[in-house]
Amino acid sequence: MNNVLVLPLIIPIITAVILVFLRDNIILQRIISLVTMVFVTSISVILLFAVQNEGIIKVDFGGWLPPFGILFVADSFSILLVIIASIVTIICLIYAFSTIGSRHERMFFYPFVLLLVAGVNGSFLTGDIFNLFVCFEVMLLASYVLIALGGEKVQLRESFKYVLINVVTSWIFLVSLAYLYGTLKTLNMAHIAQRVAEVGQDPLITTVAILFLVVFSIKAGLLLFFWLPGSYIVPPTAVQALFAALLTKVGVYALIRTFMLMFPLNQEVTHTLIGIMAGLTIIAGCMGALSGKDVYTIATYNVVIGVGFILIGLTIGTETAISGSIYYLIHDMLAKGLLFLLIGTMVYLTGETVVKRMSGLIQHYPLFGWIYFIVLLTLTGIPPFSGFVGKILIGQGAIESGSFILLAIGFASSVIVLYSLLRIFLASFFGETTVSEEDKRPIPKGVMVSFIFMTLLIIYVGVGAETLSIYVQDAARTLINPSIYIDAILEEGM
Amino acid sequence: MESLMVVLVGVLVSVGTYLILSRNIIRIILGTAVLSHAVHLLILTVGGLKSGDVPILAHSDGPFTDALPQALILTAIVISFATTALLLVLAYRMYKTNGTDDVSELRGMPDE
Repeated sequence: MNNVLVLPLIIPIITAVILVFLRDNIILQRIISLVTMVFVTSISVILLFAVQNEGIIKVDFGGWLPPFGILFVADSFSILLVIIASIVTIICLIYAFSTIGSRHERMFFYPFVLLLVAGVNGSFLTGDIFNLFVCFEVMLLASYVLIALGGEKVQLRESFKYVLINVVTSWIFLVSLAYLYGTLKTLNMAHIAQRVAEVGQDPLITTVAILFLVVFSIKAGLLLFFWLPGSYIVPPTAVQALFAALLTKVGVYALIRTFMLMFPLNQEVTHTLIGIMAGLTIIAGCMGALSGKDVYTIATYNVVIGVGFILIGLTIGTETAISGSIYYLIHDMLAKGLLFLLIGTMVYLTGETVVKRMSGLIQHYPLFGWIYFIVLLTLTGIPPFSGFVGKILIGQGAIESGSFILLAIGFASSVIVLYSLLRIFLASFFGETTVSEEDKRPIPKGVMVSFIFMTLLIIYVGVGAETLSIYVQDAARTLINPSIYIDAILEEGM
Repeated sequence: MESLMVVLVGVLVSVGTYLILSRNIIRIILGTAVLSHAVHLLILTVGGLKSGDVPILAHSDGPFTDALPQALILTAIVISFATTALLLVLAYRMYKTNGTDDVSELRGMPDE
């Protein structure tokens, strides 16, 4: 049973290799990649139930007991994120089928999407921090290719910047790994946590922790998001949605894991720093979203705001706030993915990116318009949609612990999000239509299917929050009490 | 020996940083390669530079050499190799498309 845990990583990789040989058979590529992701999703759901029944599941590769070998660990937190990541990928694949074009499909689009997913799932599941680095690199290498695929002038320039920034970030990651290994002589996350708990978090370890904070902040787009707006705009819509839904969230996951499990002791320094960074991220993201004239800029800065908001929960660090963060993380992956799909479709339909030049979309595409409206409500956090539960829990946690500044910034950002998205809605969907009935482009069926599927999920996460709550609470409980995680990993080896 | 290595790492980092900050694409890529060498040496140094001991427990009673840094470096070398190869391909395509290898000439959007 435990060996099932590697499947979310290994199956996409194997399928990606097989798909390389099926280059010319596009239909077969589509079917195989879709079936693979459905399979990965169902395995993850089974694993989630297994984690509920048996507690944390781990698999030690090659039989090396921790802390010596590399291992995969599934607790509720990581497996929930694996499920959501796989579902978002399925939806982006369905969207890609009818929009990406055969040029991309023949240039190994599907294999690279699968490799990206493999890297993302591996990052969520690994229990070894060097393995986390490797999984990050698998994910990043796939994302380098996906961002450059197409080879337009802008794309090449932005992808070069993106690759360079990530190479330097990975370099800092390696430096911090070297220092971590130098101070603690271990790379197993649970073992690191145990040793930090034994010797206390002295200034040296805190410095290493801050190095990790810098690394994951660049990956997550926390304050150091200067690379994000440029590079998220250039690839095709399906890839944008994948990036917005998955890449920054892996960084957020790594931040939560690092500072809840490994370095939780010196909260006055690390968590205060994260709090300040989260506040500034939200403020800067709001300024970007307000100043943006084109839909892409507004959407990318909304990603930044979302990251800041999730990390408010981490800063507060109570059980309520952490479960709020988890809810919000799930919601953000779904809603940001859908937002980018919608924005990309708007650009496809009108051929314009500037908000003011689009008009009257809702007359020709009523369902499309109302789905955008639902996303708008979701991202603002209006019940019964998915953003509400996360926002209310983070807010409750903030009040309990007296972090009123972060609370004010967080909830003020909701208004800005509402304004920036409502501006698109009012300007682009209402008003006189610029396209006549005969000239309008139809929305492909696959695109509508992916929208409706995603919208249903968003409504489910909002309305059915109760059904998710046992898993989220279990995830939050494990994060708050690192000893549960440490004991599950190390009890046999010690 | 460790201090010497750390000084070497420092020199490599400054060389790498200098190269990355230049405008020529090839120099930037070489800079990332030098930086990755620097961090590999750092990992090696951090693991301790004892010589003459074996890394396998059964073969000796004395002090053991830590074999893990070498394993980490090997993995990191493979990854940096892949990334550098990709960067070079990307640089070649940029040169073909734009007709220049100077990054400062790439500014601006196509419609401006």
